[in-house]
Amino acid sequence: MSDSKSIFIKESTLTSADGDQRQFIRTALGGYYKNRDLYKAKYRDWELARDAASLAKWSAVNNLAEVLEKFVAKFESNGGKVHWARDAAEARQIILDLLAKANAKAVIKSKCMTTEEIHLNDALEKAGYGVVESDLGEFIQQLRGEAPYHFVFPCMHLKREAISDLFTKHLGTAATDSPEELTMIARRHLRKLYITADVGITGANFLVADTGQISITENEGNARLTAAMPRVHIALSGIEKVINTIDDLAVLLPMLATAGAGQPMTCYNTLYAGPKKPGERDGPEEFHLVLLDNARTQLLADPEQRDALHCIRCGACLNVCPIFKNIGGHAYGTTYQGPIGSVITPHLRGLKDWNHLSGASSLCGACTDACPVRIDLHHHLLQNRRNAAKVVPNLFDRVFHGTFNFVIQRPALFSLGGKVFRKTFGLLKHLPVPYLGTWLKSRDLPAIPQKSFREVWKDSKNV
Amino acid sequence: MSEARKEIMGRIREALKIPSPKPHLKGESNKVVGKAWLPEVGDTQVETMALLSDNLAKLKAHFHPVENLVQAISVVKDLAQKKNWKNIAYHKNELVTPVALAIDGKAWAVEDSFTKDELEAADVGLTSCVSIVAQFGAILVSSETSGGRGLSILPPVHVVIAKADQVVPDLAACFEQINVQFEGKMPSMLSFITGPSRTGDIERILVLGAHGPKELYLILVR
Repeated sequence: MSDSKSIFIKESTLTSADGDQRQFIRTALGGYYKNRDLYKAKYRDWELARDAASLAKWSAVNNLAEVLEKFVAKFESNGGKVHWARDAAEARQIILDLLAKANAKAVIKSKCMTTEEIHLNDALEKAGYGVVESDLGEFIQQLRGEAPYHFVFPCMHLKREAISDLFTKHLGTAATDSPEELTMIARRHLRKLYITADVGITGANFLVADTGQISITENEGNARLTAAMPRVHIALSGIEKVINTIDDLAVLLPMLATAGAGQPMTCYNTLYAGPKKPGERDGPEEFHLVLLDNARTQLLADPEQRDALHCIRCGACLNVCPIFKNIGGHAYGTTYQGPIGSVITPHLRGLKDWNHLSGASSLCGACTDACPVRIDLHHHLLQNRRNAAKVVPNLFDRVFHGTFNFVIQRPALFSLGGKVFRKTFGLLKHLPVPYLGTWLKSRDLPAIPQKSFREVWKDSKNV
Repeated sequence: MSEARKEIMGRIREALKIPSPKPHLKGESNKVVGKAWLPEVGDTQVETMALLSDNLAKLKAHFHPVENLVQAISVVKDLAQKKNWKNIAYHKNELVTPVALAIDGKAWAVEDSFTKDELEAADVGLTSCVSIVAQFGAILVSSETSGGRGLSILPPVHVVIAKADQVVPDLAACFEQINVQFEGKMPSMLSFITGPSRTGDIERILVLGAHGPKELYLILVR
């Protein structure tokens, strides 16, 4: 069994048995559902808006080479510098080189899942840089030495007492049970760090091809500060974040906010075009953008699942997923949790070690319904299962389905098999049948009827 | 061209040899403008202003429509007294400067040079803006109209002074205007500010003033 699979089984077993934790997650999401529905209802046609958002992303992803070329030319004419990274190691090295060249000591970061994907913080700390996450949720997770639980709500699994204890331990502040006071502790602590940091690292939500801007969506203002105060700004983005025109943002920005956080628009949506311009009072002297592939082109090469690259990382699919709500974010062991993570991780990190995530679905389709850019998530999970069967043949599945296929085509054999099965059914739990042991841990084996449907039917005719 | 760039571009072109089906968009042309399906904006100017006022209230931003500059000065002076704003950083502009200079306290323009620490110590930042989007109650500031990048985000209070004709009905119209106004030469920063800074990271409970301003005021001069 792969490490990732054993982590999945261990963590999902723990969380699904923890009723308190599951209830806490549901309560935390309650306000989100209410507000999301409130603001969705304000759309003249949410379904048409989804079509439009989907088309905006499709047009960019399916002409990716041309749209990227256009974006890069424009971005550089605005005074920014683009760097290309084939994989995580190359991206880390580019950023390390930029920090060395800038003679940096302190680095401030705003929330960026792509930096989580390439494990940037570890690399920077090993190289001796002080790195501080400035998004409140990420700041808390960094203090805990723990990966984000949810890629939009990083510490949604924590109760205020745990956060208060954490701040007391690391920052020496007095205990409090007020979320407001806890937020102010982080605010006061981070304020000076924006000013003293040499380099600010951010992500990007959209790369706008016709204007050469990068667009960053946030609520707290920490990304604004990260891109305003330090003398160098480095942004890291996947190549699939590019869109054709600034006009597309008229649909994408509000939908990202409503689907992702139940807001009409998030607090700050900021477009950056280059470093500070002559005459501007502040802002960075250098603006670098690292464009990352890291197996995105492998997903691009699969036309069936290419739409998974439309993802705008709103997290709506996690918030509605019965699996996510019951097993929690850490069970996934991935950068991107929930349905979208289960779909793309096997492409990004290998189907062999990550196929178990294709089963982390009830196939209810809630994720597909929630997706603002219409990614066919639950069908992609099925396609991954099908693809996995080709890569990693499962002997049990083959024997089982082969036998079933043979028997179902022979009525006499089927009837005989049914009789034998009903007689021996009770013995099943004593046999080493794959999957059944885990299933029976929390369930009873149901009683089997004495007669088959065909026998009951025959009897009813004879009366 | 770098090796990495060549290789990634090669991978992309290879990957896209097999097309994927284009999503169907009913009714409209292929241009994604978002007029027909996004939230309602109203047909008249009165409706648009009512919508703006309503949206700002829901965002917990403070909205003060006034008749003229004299009234704007009086509103901000009162606020400054009530809230004890003494250190006032502002962006030089025909609307903002007279308001800033009328406040009882130390008013200084970011255009006259400043340090990050000085800006951090300011009680309030006064700026103008590019436009205001009624559809979402979003105020668009830029590095040109708002004294750079820091003034509208670092001080704990942000006051925007604008003219009523800067209000546009929706985001689509706003982007249209940006395209015309800047002719492809964008300011280094354009930022939609939709209410005061906020977070829900602790138990998904809303807290205002996470890292940016805790209070946001829009003074709109007719």
